[in-house]
Amino acid sequence: MDQFIQLTVDALTLGSVYALIALGYTLVYGVLKLLNFAHGDVFMVGSFIGFGMLQLLGGTSDPVVPVWLLLVLITAAAMGGCAALGVAIERFAYRPLRDAPRIAPLISALGVSFFLANSMQLLFGANPRNYDTFALDNASLYTKGFDIGAVHVALLRVITVVSTLVLMVMLWYLVTRTRTGKAMRATSFDREAAAMMGIDIDRVIVFTFVLGSALAGAAGVLQSLRVPTTVAIGFVAGLKGFTAAVIGGIGSIPGAMAGGLLLGFAESYAQGYISTKWSDLIVFSILIAFMIFRPQGLLGRADIRKV
Amino acid sequence: MTDSTPKGLHEGPAVGRDEWVARYAERRLMPTGPLRTIEDRLRLVPWWAWLILFIAAFALLPVIEQSGYVRRVAFDTVLYMLLALGLNVVVGWGGLLDLGFVAFYGIGAYTYALLDSDKFGIHLPTPVAVFVVVVVGAVVGLLLGLPSRRLTGDYLAIVTLFFLQLFQTITTNGDSVGGHNITGGPNGILNIDPFHLFGHNLAVQHEGVFSVSYLYLALAVFGVVFVALRFVNESRTGRAWRSQREDGLAAEAMGMPVNWLKLLSFAFGAAVAALTGTLYAALSASVFPLTFYFVLLITVYTMVILGGSGSQPGVVLGALIVGPLLEALREPDKSRAIFFAALVGGLLLLARRNRAIGIVGLATLGFGFAVHGIAAAIDSSWVAGEKAGGFAGFVAHWVVVPAHLASWIPPVSYIGLIAMILLVTVVRGRLRQVLLVPTLYLAAFVWENVMLSKPEPARFIVLGLILIALMILRPNGLLGERRVEIV
Repeated sequence: MDQFIQLTVDALTLGSVYALIALGYTLVYGVLKLLNFAHGDVFMVGSFIGFGMLQLLGGTSDPVVPVWLLLVLITAAAMGGCAALGVAIERFAYRPLRDAPRIAPLISALGVSFFLANSMQLLFGANPRNYDTFALDNASLYTKGFDIGAVHVALLRVITVVSTLVLMVMLWYLVTRTRTGKAMRATSFDREAAAMMGIDIDRVIVFTFVLGSALAGAAGVLQSLRVPTTVAIGFVAGLKGFTAAVIGGIGSIPGAMAGGLLLGFAESYAQGYISTKWSDLIVFSILIAFMIFRPQGLLGRADIRKV
Repeated sequence: MTDSTPKGLHEGPAVGRDEWVARYAERRLMPTGPLRTIEDRLRLVPWWAWLILFIAAFALLPVIEQSGYVRRVAFDTVLYMLLALGLNVVVGWGGLLDLGFVAFYGIGAYTYALLDSDKFGIHLPTPVAVFVVVVVGAVVGLLLGLPSRRLTGDYLAIVTLFFLQLFQTITTNGDSVGGHNITGGPNGILNIDPFHLFGHNLAVQHEGVFSVSYLYLALAVFGVVFVALRFVNESRTGRAWRSQREDGLAAEAMGMPVNWLKLLSFAFGAAVAALTGTLYAALSASVFPLTFYFVLLITVYTMVILGGSGSQPGVVLGALIVGPLLEALREPDKSRAIFFAALVGGLLLLARRNRAIGIVGLATLGFGFAVHGIAAAIDSSWVAGEKAGGFAGFVAHWVVVPAHLASWIPPVSYIGLIAMILLVTVVRGRLRQVLLVPTLYLAAFVWENVMLSKPEPARFIVLGLILIALMILRPNGLLGERRVEIV
């Protein structure tokens, strides 16, 4: 039972990061019908921006600001930096290809992903960067928190899950309750018709990239608070986030959240009860099962081809 | 060019026009006179004559150049050509985005390693082992295609990409499957048998130098695969591939088994990759999981896209350019030469359209000497980087190379360079030409100070840039056919 609770807590933390990454995929896919392969590397860049900001603020052993402000500032820096990066990628690598055959932006995206990962390695080397949150305020992020039975839930995990929830609620509000969100939904539904109704498509697409990339930046920081980051994490993170988006139903925002959590649970339980090494295989089997039995994903709409 | 031909008719999106109409202007632009005659004569040479000529020229290489290193690079390039031919079947003809392609290469190498090594003491005769490997590759390709057959390209991309990751998981963790060591884990499989053909073991080394036998064998395999795939492409199946690529719905309406065709192209690509894997395993005598990963995938994709996906000579040309390029970028001297050659070449190419570019080139040259002079006047240690003779020496008198690179310089100059390049693509006219001068100089500075010392990421950055730039400027690559989207 204790193990089950522990694994569930792990699953929630893991799943929230996956869900945040998946949201970026799903947002861009919804508006552009484009798989943004570079998204995983935006996530990686976010974790590095967070690390840089942390060093600027004096590092975890001797921060110049209170702990809560420190966490907010590094997350905000990563979100801002990633948003700018996302806009640049869209403007220079995808926009020229908007009317090209569908395979063209995909290959361009592969190029961007490869370019980002190797540029980061060129500039910062392949060594892992540890945020070293344990040193922060006498390890209070780990010792504080609450207990369920014999399982201690560290404050850090609570922060991860809660901030993910907050970000998701903010996103949900943006998309469903604001004019820009309405424009996004309209563009996603039918781009040409939306353009004819006077919606500035370019602005909507840029805004989508801002949102998606900012979420990836936040995810990068949240993940790196617990696990050291390297320039190579983008590939696997992108793959998992993308899988989560597909499982949840690509293009659907609640789907991305559900998919991310599902993936987190699957991976966590697989690692706990079956084997740490083979959890990828289990996730892959789930993906294949979805492909065969429910290709539109958990919450996605079935894709109807119009002739 | 006659006056009646509107300039740039053959440029821009050719939506809604078919190939013949779209190429009207291009045909009129073809040179006349002796050049035209030569071009027409060259077009009359049949494809197999080109192929024989190409293979013969390639086979002469080790005769002229005795060094083992050159032979090894030549062999690797032939492997790349084979991989590019295989990927071309899936991406170029089938129109499917297969991101797990190099996993099949790995499957080929690993299967051969299991069938012909001391690992389990199995030593199958080479032809049998190769046959088994090709069948295994094709069957796994079919199986992987099955769940994604009804789905569009995007879903296929994720399934195949995950498959690539899964191949890593299986090979790295395959050293403890129920207590058995199957794949050797991260340590790979060692002591793989060389090929044994016609009663001889094909030794990798001959008197301490890389033996030519593998190069010739690889070339022979290349010739066979090239011809076989060419025949497939000209068959009913090949035509059907291309038609389903252009419009799957229309192809289905014409009674073509679209799903089966997709699976078939998948299997063909996988089989070629697996076959190439046996050559790799037999030559290197060892296989490791990380050889078959994302880096190789992007490399092969760059070859196919650069050469022109869909065109067999194109992808071979792509491999012929990218393979040696990656090799040359490892060494600072060659890397520097390539950079400046690309710089000057690019300027010359632009100058054909716009004479003012010549001035930009000269201005950059002058700008460099000015900056170098000013830097030297302020602090001589700023230009105290290592001095050498020849071309490197000249460059050292032009580019600022500080004796000690402060840690903030690489990120700032690199990111600044990217920002400048992006800016240059946005602005127009005179301003662009003015901005081009410092951008080019900054590029030389970054190349000399940041990239040369770290060849490993630098050469892959070049690959990524080639991919992005190609997709935007020339998606059909060097020799590929321009796709005209019919609306």
